[in-house]
Order: sequence, then C-alpha cells, then structure tokens
Amino acid sequence: MHMADALISAATGGAMWAASAGAASYSVKRVQTELVENEKKIPLMGVMGAFVFASQMINFTIPGTGSSGHIGGGLLLAALLGPHAGFLTLISILAIQALFFADGGLLALGCNIFNMGFFTCFVAYPLIYKKIIQKGMSKKTILIGSVLAAAAGLQLGSFAVVLETFFSGKTELPFGTFLILMQPIHLAIGIIEGLLTAAVLTFLWNARPELLENGSMDKKKNHSNKKITVLILCSALVIGGVASWYASGSPDGLEWSIGKIVGIDEVDGSSMIHEFFQNVQEKISFLPDYNFQSDSETNATEKLGTSVSGILGSIFTLIFAAFIGMISKKYRKINKNIKENN
Amino acid sequence: MTKITKSMYGIRYFDETAQKNTVIHRLNPSVKLLVSLFYILTVVSFGKYEIMSMIPMTIYPVLVFNLGDIEFLPVFKRTILVLPVILLLGISNPILDKETAVIFGHVVVSRGLLSYISLIIKSTLSVICGMLLIATTSVDDLAKALGSMHVPKIFIMIFLLTYRYTYVLIEEFSNISTSYSLRAPGQKGINHKLWGTLLGQLLMRTYDRAQSIYSAMCLRGYRGEYYKGENIIHHKDYAYLILWIVFLVLVRFNNVPLIIGSIMTGAF
Repeated sequence: MHMADALISAATGGAMWAASAGAASYSVKRVQTELVENEKKIPLMGVMGAFVFASQMINFTIPGTGSSGHIGGGLLLAALLGPHAGFLTLISILAIQALFFADGGLLALGCNIFNMGFFTCFVAYPLIYKKIIQKGMSKKTILIGSVLAAAAGLQLGSFAVVLETFFSGKTELPFGTFLILMQPIHLAIGIIEGLLTAAVLTFLWNARPELLENGSMDKKKNHSNKKITVLILCSALVIGGVASWYASGSPDGLEWSIGKIVGIDEVDGSSMIHEFFQNVQEKISFLPDYNFQSDSETNATEKLGTSVSGILGSIFTLIFAAFIGMISKKYRKINKNIKENN
Repeated sequence: MTKITKSMYGIRYFDETAQKNTVIHRLNPSVKLLVSLFYILTVVSFGKYEIMSMIPMTIYPVLVFNLGDIEFLPVFKRTILVLPVILLLGISNPILDKETAVIFGHVVVSRGLLSYISLIIKSTLSVICGMLLIATTSVDDLAKALGSMHVPKIFIMIFLLTYRYTYVLIEEFSNISTSYSLRAPGQKGINHKLWGTLLGQLLMRTYDRAQSIYSAMCLRGYRGEYYKGENIIHHKDYAYLILWIVFLVLVRFNNVPLIIGSIMTGAF
C-alpha cells in the first residue's frame, strides 16, 4: 500500500506531509506527558518498532488459500503502546522503509504515514478496537475488535490511496475502477492482518496480561474523542483544499505541458535570456542548415524544426551528462590515488 | 527465508556505503537532505507529458554516484524493485489516453505513452535520489539533520532506536524463521496454528529486551537526552545547496535540451 513519489503531485505530497506532521506533533505532545509517568516507554517504542519491522518479513500461511501474508503492525502497536506512541513508532518504521528499501519515497512519506498510521491509530483503534475491548477482554472480543479495526483501518487507508492518486492526476486510472480494484483486495488483507493481530494479542493476554492492560498507556482520563474528531476534520479540509486547488489549476497545467512537448509556444517571447541566447547562437550555431525558421514556413515545418532542435538538444544534454560523469569519475580516482599515496 | 536475509544485507550495504569519506559524504547532512527533497519535488512537479526537459535532471545522480563513490548496480536494483507498482498503475495511461501527441515524420505517439514513459522516468529518478541520500549519509547524521530542523527529540530517539534494534531483531527473527522452515520443509510460511505463539513469544522477548536496554541506558547516564554532536554548516555546504537549487530551478522552468538544440540548429 506504499505510495511512490512519482505517483503523487507536489501539492498532494505537501498537503499530506502537513496533515501527518500535525498528527505527529500532537502525538509527541501526548507522549511527552505520558513519559513523565513512565519514561521506560522510549526504548520500548524503539524496540517495538524494530519488532514490527522485522516481523513484517516473516511470512504466515493463510489457511485455505495457499498464499502467505505478513503483519502490518499498526493496530498491534496502538494496542500495546497506545495510539500516540504507536503512531510515532509507525512513522519511524515507514521512514526506515522509505530510506533503505525505497518502499514509498521521501515526498510520499506524508501520504504513507497518513494512510497507514493515522487511520489505524486514530480512527480504527479508538473508535472500533477500544470500544469493543471495553466491554470486557476475552478471546472473542479481541478477535472481533482486531479484525474489524484492522479491516476498517485498511479500507480507509486504501481509499485514501485512491483519493491521493486521483488528485495527483499522474495516472489515467478512473476513480471508480481504481476504487473497485483497491477496496476488495484491502478488505482481504485487512482481515488477515486482523486475524494475525488477534492471534498475537490473545497469546499475550494469556501469557502476560499485564502487557495489554498496563502496557497500553492510553489512560481513560486523558482519552478524548473530540481532539481526534478535530484532527479528522482538519485533514478533511486539507484534502478538500488540495482537491479544489487541483481542479482549478489542472487544465492549464495540462495544456501548458502539451504545448511544451509539441514545442509550439516554446521559443517565443523577448526576455533577456532569450536575447542572450539569440546572440550566443548567432556566434556558435554550427548546424545552420537545419534552420527551419523563415518567414514563409508552414506550421508543420515549424514543428519539425523544433523537433529536430529538441532531439539534437536532448542528445547533446545526454552527452553532456555523460561527460560530467566521466570528469567526476576521473576526479574521484585522482583524489583516491592522492590519498593512497599519502 | 531469503526475504529477511536480503533486507538484512540491504541495510548493512547502505550502512557501510554511508561510512565512506568522499566529498559528498563530508557534506552537511541537513544540506544533503534539503537538496534531495528539492530534487524529488522538482522531478515530481514536471508536467505529465514532459520527457525531454527532464534529461538534465540526470546530471545530479551522475555526479553524486561518481563523487560519492557509490556503486551503480546495488542502487539500481532497488529502483527496479519499485518499478512494477508504477508499471501496473501507469499502464492505464497508454490504454486510456490515446490522443495523438507528437507527429514526427511518420511516427505517431499517443499522449498516454508519453505520460507513461514520463512517469517511469520520474519514479526512477526520485527513487535513485532517495537511495543516494542514504548511501551518502549515515542514519546518525540524518538524525543530526532532523534535530537541526527542530524535529522533536522524542521522535528522533524512537527513529534511532528503531533503526538500531532492527539490526538486532532481524538477525534473531532470521534465525527463528530459518529453524522453522528447516523443520517444516516446503511450507510457504508459518502455519496459522502457530501465528500467535511464534509472534507472541518474540514479542515478549522483545518487551523484556526493551526493559534491559532501558536499565542499561540509565546505568550509562541516560537522563532523557540523546547526545548528537554539533551540526556545523560550512561555506561549501551553502555553496552546494545554492548551486543545486539554482540548477534545479533553471532546469524546471526552461526546456534546456530544446534551447541547446535551437542554438545548435540556429532555429532560435
């Protein structure tokens, strides 16, 4: 479910970064107050993060299907550490995945934090899992709570992926088709995730019940759904804002980029840069025969002219890049030799 | 289990590469992080159908690969791993967007194909840029950079601890899954009857480990502060940052290959 950098626009990426940063700074504040009571939590969060990360690489056979799945960990972290600490821990896991494994890039990190962390820790956990567990912890409530919460969290997450992809406008995937593709797959993944989480939580509840009761530091007295609702509202506003911004700006941007490809309005205007290049080209132009720019030319030749220029320019730029590569490699080697000789 | 061993080697590889001592490695981590972010933003902001004007963007990875003494293949392999998702999601572009975009001689290319190629290039460039950041900057340095950008200390601590213990735990988990697969040959993964027991046991051990880590930290003088050293920005760092930003802005707002081509053909 990791979004990649190339699939999102700068505006969507930025908006989701802002939304995630908001949720993160709120979580940091909450965790800081919890830490006064229990400062052992910092190493616990770090090690739990590593635990989820490592256990994601263990495959679990899914009965009756012949395929295998792995744990996502958001709900497990929220259940053991509380939603705020769980959210922060999940961010560090996602950051490490983005940095070392290119699972979602740096720009898309904001989206991924929101899709996978926010919905699980701040929506599914408090509104579903916690509500069900409050009725009394048993094997049954853990199972129902985990499966429902994990499935709901993933449904919201995958819906957000569809929305973000749609608003970014990088692919032609129709909103409806993508939605129909994404939601059922993630329902299945969510149920498996819920079953795995329930299996672990039930085991812990039998073996070390204090981890589930005391381990979760999400104290009832501090718990308020109001703040979460405000957070959701804010993020909805941000997403809505991005949508309307994109809707109004998109056609122009599109036409503009097509214009660039075809190269029609590419080299007009009389800016200083233009004049400068005009002077330069008069002096260094070494392929004057390819000059298609005359008063009597037709549109087609004009296009052909810019195409030739474009192709030649592209080849030249590539050669230039390779040249820079060669020089920098030489520089590196010389530097290395000097160091070795010393 | 190949997946777990592979990721272990992956982390180790980048960790070792980040310890090198080259011009790029010596640069201030904050500057490298900023340049990487700005680069990715620039790549992503290119128009949907642009290919030609993105060519100069290759200069950045070419320079960092060479000056940073980074091997190309290991980084490129990771880039390839991400591609299937892009290829799959982007395939709708050539299928649904069939309007003619370029007519050059007898060659007709659909707009969808252009945007598909553009998407693949963008993905490759942005992933390579991210990988180059971690190949030239150690995680401790990155934490330093985050600290100087006023990211809360608690978060940096969690990030660093997660990273460090990922090493330890991956090794342990790898042993466990190897021993499981040796006793259960031919199985694709862990049987559903053991889901809770296996992960639960691991989790309990992890939990206890966190307690002893905390005690060890306290014995070594931990008082809620993490020592991270100074983050000094030199003149060369400023120069590096400014030069790349100027380059990226120029490339973004001018179709450099077309301008060069126009100068060469005199079609200005």
